[in-house]
Amino acid sequence: MNKFVYLDHAAATPLDSRVFEVMRPWLEGGVGNPSSFHSPGKEAKNAVETAREAISKILSCRAEEIVFTSGGTEADNLAILGFARANSAAGKHIVISAIEHHAVLESTAQLEKEGFKITKVLPNKDGIIELEAIKAAVRPDTILVSVMLANNEIGTIQPISEIGNWIQKTRGEKQYPIFHTDACQAAGVLDISVEKIHVDMMTINGSKIYGPKGVGVLYVRKGLRLQPLQFGGAQERGIRPGTENVAAIAGLATALELSQKEKEAEGARLVGLRDKLISGILSVVPKTKLNGHPTDRLPNNVNISFLDIEGEALMLYLDAKGIFVSTGSACASASLDPSHVILALGKSPEEAHGAMRFSLGHSTNEEDIDYVLKVLPPLVEKLREMSSVKL
Amino acid sequence: MGDVINTCSDESWFYSNTVKDHFFNPRNFLKSENPPADFNGYGVYGSPACGDEMKVWIKVDPKTKKIVGYVWKTFGCASAIAAASICSEMVLENNRMTIDEAAKITPQMIIDRLGGLPPRKIHCSVLCDKALRLAIEDYNKK
Repeated sequence: MNKFVYLDHAAATPLDSRVFEVMRPWLEGGVGNPSSFHSPGKEAKNAVETAREAISKILSCRAEEIVFTSGGTEADNLAILGFARANSAAGKHIVISAIEHHAVLESTAQLEKEGFKITKVLPNKDGIIELEAIKAAVRPDTILVSVMLANNEIGTIQPISEIGNWIQKTRGEKQYPIFHTDACQAAGVLDISVEKIHVDMMTINGSKIYGPKGVGVLYVRKGLRLQPLQFGGAQERGIRPGTENVAAIAGLATALELSQKEKEAEGARLVGLRDKLISGILSVVPKTKLNGHPTDRLPNNVNISFLDIEGEALMLYLDAKGIFVSTGSACASASLDPSHVILALGKSPEEAHGAMRFSLGHSTNEEDIDYVLKVLPPLVEKLREMSSVKL
Repeated sequence: MGDVINTCSDESWFYSNTVKDHFFNPRNFLKSENPPADFNGYGVYGSPACGDEMKVWIKVDPKTKKIVGYVWKTFGCASAIAAASICSEMVLENNRMTIDEAAKITPQMIIDRLGGLPPRKIHCSVLCDKALRLAIEDYNKK
C-alpha cells in the first residue's frame, strides 16, 4: 500500500465530512440569491445570517461585525488597505511584525507606494514579537498595528492579548491606533474571543480549520471605517459587495464551531505528537535546529532546519516516500527568496534554505510520526553526502 | 542567458522523468570529502546563501586532453542535482570529452538532455557548466 502521510495542514486542511454535510444542500439545491426578496432568496439569506450569528458567538462580538470575504488573503487586504485608506487623514504610519503572512506584508508594501510609512517589528530569536518592541515602534501618527495571532511557518503564538491590552490603554479616548490580527492559523486551536484578546479587527479563513477553501471572515469592530476594495452591491454593509458564497459561509461557521469545540482534546493530542516528532528529529538527525519557540507554538507545528541541505530536495525525497511537507527554501517558492520568517529570527540564508515545516492535523497519528522518524534520517544522510556545504 | 529555450512544456512544479531519475539516483557525485589525489582541475560556482552551490573536480589526461574523471558536489535543489549528474554523464560518456569539447557545454544542452526544466528553475539551477568551465581553467593554469 502506498503511504500517504500528509503533514502540510498549515497550507490546507481537508474538508471535514460534517462540514461538507452542512454545505451539501447549498451546493445541490439552494438556488436563491441572498439579496432576492423571494422565498428561495430568503432561505439563502437565513443561512448566511445563521452562520454570521454562530461565528459572532465564538468571537464574542456582534453579528454585524462579521464581514464575509473570499478568504484570508482578501480579509487581510481589506483590513490593511481598507482601514489605512479610509483613515489616512489621521496618520500615515502602520506597524506590523516582520513575520506576517505575505497577505499583510504585500498589502503594506502597496500602502508604501501610496505614501504610508511602515515599521516592521522583528521577533526575538524564538520568533516571539515582544510587547516592548511594539511599544518602541508605535508613534503618535500610527493608525494601525497588525500582528498575527500565530505564525504560519514556525507556529509561534504571539502575545496578542498583551499587545491589544496595551494598545487599548494607550489610545484611551482616542481612536488610534487600532489593532488587527491575522488568526488564520490559530482559529481552530486558540481562544479567539475578541474581548479577551483585545483586537479591533481579525482575519479567519476556512481552509485552515477543515472548512472549505475560498471563504474567510474579517471581524471589524463596530464604528471602524473601512474603504471597500471592490464595488457593486450593498452586501456586507457595502464593505464587501458581491453575492455571498452561501455554501462556503455555512461550511466555515460549522468548521469554526467544530474546531473550537474540540480544540482542547485535539490540541493535547497534537502537542504529544508534535513533541515526539521534534525530539525524535533533533536526537536522531545530527545538525538540526528547531525554528521558533519550543512551547509557545501551535500544537501542530514543527519547523526544523537541516543544515547543509537544500529544502526543496529533501521535500521531494520525502514526497517520493509518501510524506508531504513544505519548506522555507527559496527554490520551492514562487519568489525564489528564502523564508522571510526564518531570516527574521536572525538565522543565516543557508538555514532558511534548509528549513522544513511539518504541520500535523486530524489524520496524523503515532504511526505517521514513527514512519517519518524512520524514513527521514537516511534521506538527509544521502543529501548531505552529495552536499558541497559543511556548516 | 536570454537565449535559453525551454523544452519543458509543463508549467507546473513537476520535473521530467529524466530529472527525477538523476535526482533520485545521482551519478558521479563525490562521496568523500576530498577527490582522488590525481584529479587536476577544480571549479566552484554559486553560493549556498543564494540556495545553490556547485563544485566540480576533473581529472584531465595531459596527453589526450580528455576528461577521464569527473566528480561533483552540490548544495542545491532537485534540478541542480539532476543537472550536475547529467552533465557528468555528458562528459564521461562515448569515450569522454576533451576539455575543449567540455568547455562548450551550454545550459541549453543540459536542459535539453534533462527533458526541460520548470521555467523558474532555468536561471538558478544550471550551474554545473560554469563550475566545469572553471575547473578546466584551473587545469589549464597548472
